[in-house]
Parts: sequence; C-alpha cells; structure tokens
Amino acid sequence: MAPNLVRALCDKSVARILAHADELTALDQAVGDGDHGINMKRGFEAIAAQAEDLGRLPAGEALQKAGLTLVMKVGGASGPLYGSLLMAMGKAMPPGPGSRESLVACFAEGVEAVKKRGKSQAGEKTMLDVLVPVLQAIGAARDDPLTAARHAAERGLHATKEMKATKGRASFLGERSIGHLDPGARSSAILVDAVCDVLEGRT
Amino acid sequence: MSEHVAIVIVSHSPDVAKGAADMVRQMVGSEVAVAWCGGDPAGGLGTDVAAIQAAIRSVNCPMGVAVLVDLGGAETNSEMAIEMMGDELMGNVVICNAPIVEGAVMAATEASGGASLDVVRATAEEFFS
Repeated sequence: MAPNLVRALCDKSVARILAHADELTALDQAVGDGDHGINMKRGFEAIAAQAEDLGRLPAGEALQKAGLTLVMKVGGASGPLYGSLLMAMGKAMPPGPGSRESLVACFAEGVEAVKKRGKSQAGEKTMLDVLVPVLQAIGAARDDPLTAARHAAERGLHATKEMKATKGRASFLGERSIGHLDPGARSSAILVDAVCDVLEGRT
Repeated sequence: MSEHVAIVIVSHSPDVAKGAADMVRQMVGSEVAVAWCGGDPAGGLGTDVAAIQAAIRSVNCPMGVAVLVDLGGAETNSEMAIEMMGDELMGNVVICNAPIVEGAVMAATEASGGASLDVVRATAEEFFS
C-alpha cells in the first residue's frame, strides 16, 4: 500500500468518526454507558494529530502505531478492541503492495485478535457482527469485494438490532438490549464504509 | 522487596478506586502494597492503559500482583496493559473475577498472611462462586 493511501485512509476514518461521534454516543446511551462516541472521538483525534507521521510509514507500521494510539487514548473497551484489530493487521501486513489474498488474510488476523481480546464471537451484539460478515464477504467475493464489504457491513449492523447482548455493559440490560443497534457494530460499519470509499477513490 | 502479593485496584472512577484502596489499608494495614487508578486519559470516567501500567509498576514484585477491576472496559484495558508490559513484570499479574471492594479487601487479607498469588486470587473470587 502506498504511503499516501495510508494518509487518505487515516484522514477519512478520522473525519467519519468525528462526524458520527454524537450518533455513537446516542446509541451507547440506549444500551451501554453512553461514552462510545466520546471515546472514539478522543482516540481518532489522537490519530489525526499523528496523521502526517503515519502517512510516511509503510502500511504495516502505520497500522501498528495507530492501533497503539487507540489502546492508549480511548479509555474504554473499544480502545483495546480497535487497537488489537489494527495492531494484528499491521503485524500481518506484507511489505510492499499486497495481493488481494494477502490483504484478506491480514484482515482475518485482525478480526481474530478482536475475538480473542473481547472473548467474543459473531452473534453477541458487538462489533464482530459487522467485522466477521465483512471478512467472509471479501473472502468470497468474485469481482467486487468492496461492494460486498459494504453490503455485509450494513446487513451485519442491522442484524444487531434484534440480538440480545451477552457481552459488555449492554449485557446488564438482558432482553431490554433487544431493539437497539449495537454502538460498536455501528462504529465498525462507519469505518468499513470509510475504507471502501478511499479504496474506490471516492472523496 | 515485599514478601506479599500486591493489589492493584482499577475503577472507571478515581474516587471509587481510591476509596477501595483506603478501605484495604484501614482493614488490612500497610504491609500489603496497594496501588489504584481510575479515570480515562482525559480525566473523565473510564480507564487508562498507561495509568494501569504505572499502578502495576509501582507495586510490581516477585510474589505477583492481583488486579481488581469494576466494569467491562476496566477489565479489557487491564488485560491489554498487562500483555503490553511483558518481560517487565517480575511475577505473575492476574485479574480477579471479583467485586472490586470486597475482592480487594479479601485479596489483601489473604496476601497479608503471605499466601501465593493463586490463593489470593481464589479467595477474592469466592464472592462470585
């Protein structure tokens, strides 16, 4: 991946998280402790502050550095979760331009790290309900992996609405968590959309 | 170097963490090292990986450290903090699946008698079993 692509991914992700911070907080007020937007905003503002440095690094190193920043700055469980996603992807990122297979494998490492960190899997009303279907979709897509990724993210996000939370603070609500979108699934869907936009060359 | 397992208390709230540490000191005495941290990196409610690492570092000893946490993010952030410290840790550091105040007092009481980390953890976790 070219360094300027790293910078573009960084800028777009930051812009989208900041634009949706209030929405994420509102979702989290319904099922969690209402800090997801604030925490993600703080983490991505810290990434924005180092965007120039990140843009000069090879993709693998940039991902690891950005992941560590999220771990140290977010302040909630989403810090280690998103941080582990990026750090594991960064470690698995091949040097130089990667093949599609190698990038899918790299994302798979990231998703695995989130499962391990959260002791969770798809179906438990978490960010994994977006990440796991996206991984499956890009692995299976024949010609248009980005469109497949967007659709999988959208479907995965909406499926969380009818799920009962068993992880995180939303699990305290039990049955009452049903009927609300999961905030972590929403932030994951926002980021998947941002990455797809950059890779498709949209501004 | 302390001959007792040390205790670290990690809460979303600095007031809760400090209050729990005060209770431990008053009920168990000062022979067991107790460190605490609370609040996110900007000072709001939450937890801070760097602060958790600093708290562990301040009581790090060969007997090990028992960490008591309150809600979800405190546990995830503590796991991350411990993993990232790696070789720097002198003994084992474990997170106890126990209520933060009762768990801290029970763990410290057990630790004051010179119990191993496994025993300290098991005693703290009796609350949930």
